[in-house]
Amino acid sequence: MSSDIRFTDFKSDKQPTWCPGCGDFGTMNGMMKALAETGNDPDNTFVVAGIGCSGKIGTYMHSYALHGVHGRALPVGTGVKMARPDIEVMVAGGDGDGYSIGAGHFVHAVRRNVDMSYVVMDNRIYGLTKGQASPTSREDFETSTTPEGPKQPPVNPHALALASGATFIAQSFSSDALRHQEIVRAAVEHDGFGFVNVYSPCVTFNDVDTYDYFRDSLVDVAETDHDPNDREDAKDVILDSEKEYQGILYQDAESVPYHERHGVDENMSDIPDGAPADATDLVREFY
Amino acid sequence: MAADFNWAVGGEAGDGINSTGKIFAQALSRSGRHVFTSKDFASRIRGGYTAYKVRTSVDTVRSVVDRLDVLIALTPRTIEENLPELHEGSVIIYDGERTTMQDVEVPEGMFGVDVPLKRLAEEAGGAIMRNVVALGAACEVAEFPIENLDSALEKRFGDKGQKLVDNNKEAARAGRSYVAEEYDHAFDYSLETTDADYVLLNADEAIGMGAIAAGCRFYAGYPITPATDVMTYLTGRLERYGGHVVQAEDELSAINMALGAARGGARAMTATSGPGIDLMTETFGLVATSETPLVICNVMRSGPSTGMPTKQEQGDLNHMLYGGHGEVPRFVLSPTTIDECFWKTIEAFNFAEKYQLPVYLTADLSLAVTERTFPPETFDMDAVEIDRGFVVAGDDVDDHLTESGGFKPHEVTDDGISPRAFPGTVGGAHMSTGLEHDEQGRRTEDMGMRVEQVDKRNRKVDTAREREDWAPREFGDSDADTLVITWGSNEGALVEALDILADEGVEVRVLSVPYVFPRSDLSEDVAAAENVLVVECNATGQFADLVEHDVLERVDRVNKYDGVRFKSDELVAEIRATLDGVVEA
Repeated sequence: MSSDIRFTDFKSDKQPTWCPGCGDFGTMNGMMKALAETGNDPDNTFVVAGIGCSGKIGTYMHSYALHGVHGRALPVGTGVKMARPDIEVMVAGGDGDGYSIGAGHFVHAVRRNVDMSYVVMDNRIYGLTKGQASPTSREDFETSTTPEGPKQPPVNPHALALASGATFIAQSFSSDALRHQEIVRAAVEHDGFGFVNVYSPCVTFNDVDTYDYFRDSLVDVAETDHDPNDREDAKDVILDSEKEYQGILYQDAESVPYHERHGVDENMSDIPDGAPADATDLVREFY
Repeated sequence: MAADFNWAVGGEAGDGINSTGKIFAQALSRSGRHVFTSKDFASRIRGGYTAYKVRTSVDTVRSVVDRLDVLIALTPRTIEENLPELHEGSVIIYDGERTTMQDVEVPEGMFGVDVPLKRLAEEAGGAIMRNVVALGAACEVAEFPIENLDSALEKRFGDKGQKLVDNNKEAARAGRSYVAEEYDHAFDYSLETTDADYVLLNADEAIGMGAIAAGCRFYAGYPITPATDVMTYLTGRLERYGGHVVQAEDELSAINMALGAARGGARAMTATSGPGIDLMTETFGLVATSETPLVICNVMRSGPSTGMPTKQEQGDLNHMLYGGHGEVPRFVLSPTTIDECFWKTIEAFNFAEKYQLPVYLTADLSLAVTERTFPPETFDMDAVEIDRGFVVAGDDVDDHLTESGGFKPHEVTDDGISPRAFPGTVGGAHMSTGLEHDEQGRRTEDMGMRVEQVDKRNRKVDTAREREDWAPREFGDSDADTLVITWGSNEGALVEALDILADEGVEVRVLSVPYVFPRSDLSEDVAAAENVLVVECNATGQFADLVEHDVLERVDRVNKYDGVRFKSDELVAEIRATLDGVVEA
């Protein structure tokens, strides 16, 4: 790790194809800055992304990366981190990738508390397939596949995380650049699974959850008497359906990451040229 | 071949049938006898008929037979289920004091040995040892030295304290003495012992041990019959070598975790059976097109869907060869015996890394639930070779960069094999993706690059065909007019069948195929034979289709895969060119 890493080192030479004004630009910038600020460089960073507009992020960033199948980014990140505890792992996805097709993995990744960060670009819409309801779309949000709205409540990702035993739950807003960067940085630095839901507006298909909407409605918990280490406080803001919050909603100060619980601390890419020295003991077990 | 002896213990699931059978199998193995075990079981925890069967001889045994010499029957159903295998002179050991066994009638011509198993066990320290009393009784019936059983009991109960071991030894002796005192009968059996040392293991264990020997460090899986034993074996053992086993939330996750670990540079593996293979197929194409080395072990069972989960079938061949949308190369290895499962696992890891692709390692239920004895040197760890393929680090990275400094993990090369850089390698940062990509792994829809990458991936198969030995294993008479081809686990039964046929004057040549793809070209062998039979455990003959495919040379292929449809003028040119070729020839 060198100290002169700048966030632009994490930029690839591919120009994003996101729509002009897409929240994902700001989300990605914050991620790159957070990685650079925490002393990482592209050669020791692994970014995993799924499918959707959010999934393209691995292409626009420069690092070791895998752009996987829809909804399975978290298991991939889990595998990378277990095999390579020395590598910084950041997983990125969208609300569809993370809370619909990948919802099962989300719950278990949270439970495992692997030491990596998970940034979800939540625009409450399916953008890449041109405007269908997502799991975080509002109950009355009209789309081509839900002409009268989904008529079912949106997933509350923070509540899902809290119920699954999360040790770090945060919310940021792509347009509040400094605060977003600060929150992602805290997720990277967290000892365990650092989960950040980012409001990352879709300017093309969502005319309800807009920049103006979030700007006007977001309350930063850092400006209230919220104690992020207090699970009860976290529960209150997470289950408050009247308001939108940003900031670190919950952080378990005692978090023990997966690798410490399981003693997984070796670089698994490093193996001998032949069978392990005492491998014959394995044969003897079958006597 | 020396006479073999066939023994079984049967009862209800939950009666301790497996551990009882295993103790006897181990006792035989420790006495220097060869052992081949099999299980009859159902997919339930308690209740239902289950049996553990042991075939033993001083010579090698490779399969099961329809014959039972001594049966320990804990339930009346055990006798009913095994009637076809019992014969004149077979001995049935049972506890006539057990309520359900009071009215049991020993079939005519067979010999009933009624031993108060529970009562004797209680006298020795606990009713739970009644099966061990039965094992002692079996030792007497089979004239098998009980000291061998002691040794197996020590292995089984040693870590639970000497007292338990001693109680069990006493229980066994009680059973033996009871038979000796109560039955003044000359049984037909006398099990000879030898000085040989054998190890006793099943295919799942052989695969797990092979994985550790091969340097596998990461395993993710989801429990499923009959592949679970691979995970059970690795759990706790892989950790000794700095690795880790994860029980994933489902097979979708398992293969993705393994993929992640492999991208991290670890030798990674997952194992499952049919239903899990279906789920993993979602990610299979990504593994293959991102050129990630991964070993996917498929311990086949009877399908489709939930099928018959505890029954044998080789029905997944087509799925492994063709499963997944689109086209991308993968290797399919099909070890034919338990010891080959060990060696082919090591080979699977080497192939995966040398050719940077997913390798299906295929076993099946009949291999997985069978334990067989081998001389320990069969698993010679000093002979294990590890080849990690084309991995670059340090200054070598510079030889594989674009002009602007981007690393080329999908560099188009003559042999199709590109450089690999593990995370942490300076200058090696790159993208891997399921999208079609350029040499750097960046998305592309460029028609030329698409074709170059498809060809490059397929070229790896040609390279492997040239560089590796794909020969089948041959048995029998190489000049015989009759050729029998098989793949996977049928080899043992077929090899024994050969001996029987030879005794009857029928000469047969057998080719047992451990590599399904790539595979050796059998067309000359097929042409040279008068009769060709393909033996496999499925209804449609999936491997037979492949043999016929290889023999057939009838069509010219016109292919297009640059992402654009055929155009009429293009087809005119293609058809004309083919016709011209025919005319010229």
